Amino acid sequence: MSTATIAHHDEHADHPTGIMRWLTTTNHKDIGTMYLTFSLIMFLVGGCMILGIRAELFQPGLQLMKPEFFNQLIGVHALIMIFAALMPAATGFANWMIPLQIGAPDMALPRLNNWGFWLLPPSAILLTLPFTLALFGIGDGALATGWTFYPPLSIQGGIGVDFAIFAVHLLGISSVLGSINIIVTLFNMRAPGMTLMKMPMFAWGWLITAFLLIATIPVLAGAVTMLLTDRHFGTHFFDAAGGGDPILFQHLFWFFGHPEVYILLLPVWGFIPQILQTFSRKPMYGYKAQVYAFWGIGALSVVVWAHHFFTAGLPVPALLYFMYSTMAISLPLAVLFFCWIKTMWRGSMSFETPMLFTVGWIILFGIGGLTGLVLADVAADAQYHNSYFVVAHFHYTLFAGGIMGIMAGVYYWLPKMTGHMYNEKLGKLHFWLTAISFNLTFIPQFFLGLAGMPRRIPDYALQFAEFNMISSIAAFVLGLSQLIFVYNIISTVRGGQKATDKVWEGAEGLEWTLPSPPPYHSFTEQPVVK
Amino acid sequence: MEISAKDNDLSSQERRSLANKRLGLKMVWIVAGSLAFAFALVPLYDVLCAATGLNGKTENTATTLKNSRVDATRWVTVQFTSSVMPGLGWNFYPKQSNIRLHPGQVETVMFEAKNITSQAVTGQAIPSVTPGQAASYLKKIECFCFQKQVLKPGETKVMPLRFFISSELPEDVKEMTLSYSFFSAKE
Repeated sequence: MSTATIAHHDEHADHPTGIMRWLTTTNHKDIGTMYLTFSLIMFLVGGCMILGIRAELFQPGLQLMKPEFFNQLIGVHALIMIFAALMPAATGFANWMIPLQIGAPDMALPRLNNWGFWLLPPSAILLTLPFTLALFGIGDGALATGWTFYPPLSIQGGIGVDFAIFAVHLLGISSVLGSINIIVTLFNMRAPGMTLMKMPMFAWGWLITAFLLIATIPVLAGAVTMLLTDRHFGTHFFDAAGGGDPILFQHLFWFFGHPEVYILLLPVWGFIPQILQTFSRKPMYGYKAQVYAFWGIGALSVVVWAHHFFTAGLPVPALLYFMYSTMAISLPLAVLFFCWIKTMWRGSMSFETPMLFTVGWIILFGIGGLTGLVLADVAADAQYHNSYFVVAHFHYTLFAGGIMGIMAGVYYWLPKMTGHMYNEKLGKLHFWLTAISFNLTFIPQFFLGLAGMPRRIPDYALQFAEFNMISSIAAFVLGLSQLIFVYNIISTVRGGQKATDKVWEGAEGLEWTLPSPPPYHSFTEQPVVK
Repeated sequence: MEISAKDNDLSSQERRSLANKRLGLKMVWIVAGSLAFAFALVPLYDVLCAATGLNGKTENTATTLKNSRVDATRWVTVQFTSSVMPGLGWNFYPKQSNIRLHPGQVETVMFEAKNITSQAVTGQAIPSVTPGQAASYLKKIECFCFQKQVLKPGETKVMPLRFFISSELPEDVKEMTLSYSFFSAKE
């Protein structure tokens, strides 16, 4: 890029208008906006899929769909929510906020950034296209193995598996590019005087996430590539007939899959303390402890993967190792919980929507973490494995811990990004509807799992009927409540009460020193941090 | 990131852009390394499993009976199960469901396979032992799983498995299951 052009031009000068602006942009704010918009759209798409599933599970028996289609919805829902909703939302915030928080004029590798985003829409199409093709009699629909691609089912599956494999390749390349960009930005572009240990927590969360991503996404890419060659080119990586081992796939998949959980959560753990200190009006407690806890969790996350398949027939010493190491993660996590609570302790707290989401998030994510400890117990897991208990557990960590955290971030930074205040009443209504209906959706699923209802099955025994009915009704309330969120965002983007530069009384950090919305090119002269 | 002497005449922005590209390329090496690691895990996994027997794979070569000491003080029950994978039109089952024997004692068990299709078909049997840590103590002298089996249309074949349990088998293992899955194999 010709660097002479970066520095001196005013706000809306020399970028193309219309669609070409978005296709060719290298501006971190434009790209962040595209990531966040894409994420919101895919969140709604993935949500519609799961509402189809909850509608089918409203009553026992098969009413609405064939089991094959049910299986496809389950797998694609998960892939979309993880790779196309949650990860792009975190990357979108990284693009928008990291340069503003560290006083950089833009991301370090702007063209790579553009490419990273534009790989996402094609992969979303690859994931969903098989549904459409099946309507025209081509193939038998999307991936029906669940998002985990376990062989031998995925080797026997139809054309949808190939589409999903290529989608995962593209999504993987996209997030690796995004991560490289973030690492380089954080190492090379910080404002003078901002040492690593003065970086905002959000930057720290993303730094660990980015390293986890570049270390584990290639393993997933390798695993699905082996699957592809097993399917079409006669290799036997996972095919026992040729000396392969299907369990090997589970090891490879979860070597990526478990760090992925922390990849989704670490960016949220980054901005949650920032929101807490803003609305508690006192500095965050234990900055260093939180940074070290991030490192501890990041390191532990890559050595605990086999707890996802305790029941696959692992030997006892391996079971014990993975059980203890998994439980060890609760120690640094407990440090984080303690710091979050201590940040609020004796603070002058107020409960605007971002703070409501954050406090609700701490409680609900806590439930997710504690039920994870139950599953980490080898003896207990033998009963709970593949039951609805697991489904409820990971929705407490990834819907409450992931998506509700992202929503807190959206309400926190939306006035900064758009220059307008959102509608506070609608925001609070959105929070309460989301929190209540979320709990009503998933608390019954804990009990369904304890009672033995298996996950990923379209039909169930009659004794599970009442709790499934409650769960389905609450899921529809949860889904419809998100329309308030969408409406609130759109109306805030279009107009509303003018936001001040600082937006929140207790806000700290470089991003709040800029006007709201920040100019198209910000920090062309880097600020100096004392 | 260090800046070499030839970069000195660049503006600070150009210099930073260059440093960014260099660090970005270094990160690509990490990505390449972990991709290589993924493929390296395939042989590593096999080596680890062969060394420890953790995944229940038995040695697929004939053993000769060296240490023929029979440990008559204890009994081990070996159960047999069989399955046929999709794509292979065979019936396949063990002639007896289990056998009780002393460690060190050599026994022969017969398995029967029948091709129920109208074509000659090749199959390969893949063994697996549960519990996994017992796998390396199950020693085969002769097995139909050592090579591919070809069955003519409608042919029935009775195939022997001659084996013993090593007397070094840990005391706490009193039962084990030997499973054979027949897969369709190409010539």
